[in-house]
Amino acid sequence: MSVRLRIIAAIKQIAEEQKVKLPPLTDELTLHETGFDSLAFAILVARLEDDLGVDPFTLSEEVTFPNTIGDFIGAYENVPA
Amino acid sequence: MSPREVFALRDHLGTALTERSISDPRHVVSLAQLATDSCLGGRSGELDGRSVLLATSGQLLAGLALIEIDGVARRMLLCPPDLKPEHLASIIADAGIDAVVTDEPQRFAECGVDLVITVGLPQPSTATGQTVRATEWLMLTSGTSGVPKIVGHTLDGLCGAIVGDSPAPGEAIPVWATFYDIRRYGGLQIFLRAIVGGGSMVLSDPGEALADHIARLAARGVTHISGTPSHWRKLLMSGSIEGFRPRYVRLSGEIADQAVLDGLKRAFPDASIGHAYASTEAGVGFAVNDGLEGFPATLLGEGRGAVDMKVVDGSLRIRSKRAAHAYVGRAAAELTDGDGYVDTGDMVELRGGRYYFVGRRNGIINVGGLKVHPEEIEAVINGHPEVRMSRAKSRRSPITGGIVVAEVVLTADADPMRADMVRNQILAECRTRLAAHKVPAMIRFVAALDVTPAGKLARTDA
Repeated sequence: MSVRLRIIAAIKQIAEEQKVKLPPLTDELTLHETGFDSLAFAILVARLEDDLGVDPFTLSEEVTFPNTIGDFIGAYENVPA
Repeated sequence: MSPREVFALRDHLGTALTERSISDPRHVVSLAQLATDSCLGGRSGELDGRSVLLATSGQLLAGLALIEIDGVARRMLLCPPDLKPEHLASIIADAGIDAVVTDEPQRFAECGVDLVITVGLPQPSTATGQTVRATEWLMLTSGTSGVPKIVGHTLDGLCGAIVGDSPAPGEAIPVWATFYDIRRYGGLQIFLRAIVGGGSMVLSDPGEALADHIARLAARGVTHISGTPSHWRKLLMSGSIEGFRPRYVRLSGEIADQAVLDGLKRAFPDASIGHAYASTEAGVGFAVNDGLEGFPATLLGEGRGAVDMKVVDGSLRIRSKRAAHAYVGRAAAELTDGDGYVDTGDMVELRGGRYYFVGRRNGIINVGGLKVHPEEIEAVINGHPEVRMSRAKSRRSPITGGIVVAEVVLTADADPMRADMVRNQILAECRTRLAAHKVPAMIRFVAALDVTPAGKLARTDA
């Protein structure tokens, strides 16, 4: 499964656990519009770190937290190997 | 106080000693022997008025020596087995140690204390200890980081909770055991109950396999036994309790949740099962024997019992004659507030007429500014029938600072193939009973969880 698909799957799993009704997950959707609160994002980032072996938001002090789903996925796809 | 009014441990030994003993895996020592024999080679007189560090490799010699030293030395510091060598110098300085009693004299050759007396098994002697003063008992706290604090007690205070334990004439003597080390407060309480209360003591041995230990306790007829909930969970999951039938089972040192209380009730249906609140600083607070976690709110207040208790800012405070009288040392803090209460640092919550322990003040996890006690989550997880024990802890998060994750040990008969189902059941229960930020973000199944030398769940990262 691609990084993108794994991230989408994790988002859907957490939405189900947190009883969040997700809108269609397009690249343009802002993270705010997902209905996730900071706790849900914290859980997502932690699970993705376990799944993908990387947490792009603590790798460098310069990384800013993304605005959209596309930015979010991009942060994982663009992590230097 | 004239010497006449001073009592030491040896004066509590009583006369009917013939069947009483202290034992470990290798030796059984008759208490009667202690009246005439010396384990210090008859040199206890040299400790008159001294400040003594009692540091032995095992518990048996420590127990024998402290009976001989009490009432002779000015002070006696019980050195726990896990004391880090780097803390020795500051403890010797802070407690003003000027004599060492040990079975490893070479270990203390360079410690700057001139008088080192070797302790061994009791040998006939013309010179045994004589009670001449009330010795100050020093114990060390089991803090996980930094230098342990030195806490000062008196024998009177240490024995303050021991009443009515003596067997009636003709009744079988109680045989006590504990998973604690007797050089820690929880273990010392049991040792003193055995010695002062007219019983025998079967000591634990850290090197002994659990099944062997339990078989020995059963063979020596142990009737009363204490340990932390972590000790008991370990025993319950070992499958080693067959044939061991204590009459009295006691928990202390950590929060006794309903799952472990119920587990012990099933394992020991005929035993009286109680949990007690005690700490090295506050002494024995109270005991609860109704089989339920927490304690009735009616225990709170002043002048109701042996101890006064109140709750301030969520933490339990205790004022008691059983409490330690001071921290000892150069940088020693005040032990009590202006009204004489010790702040235990144990946080409680009132729910329906009962107080429940929710955790330690300094163990709080911070999730985006919201506070979480790991123990509160563990209590929910431990309620699952296939869970033996668990540890909730903080995991760093770039978004909320921390999130809660949990490690879970399943019971021996749990089917590992069903782990995903158990995980989902645990999480469902957590979501029902806990606020969203307290529900573990992840649950990992592990084979075992570390327990500290003091018998408590290791929380180095909390």
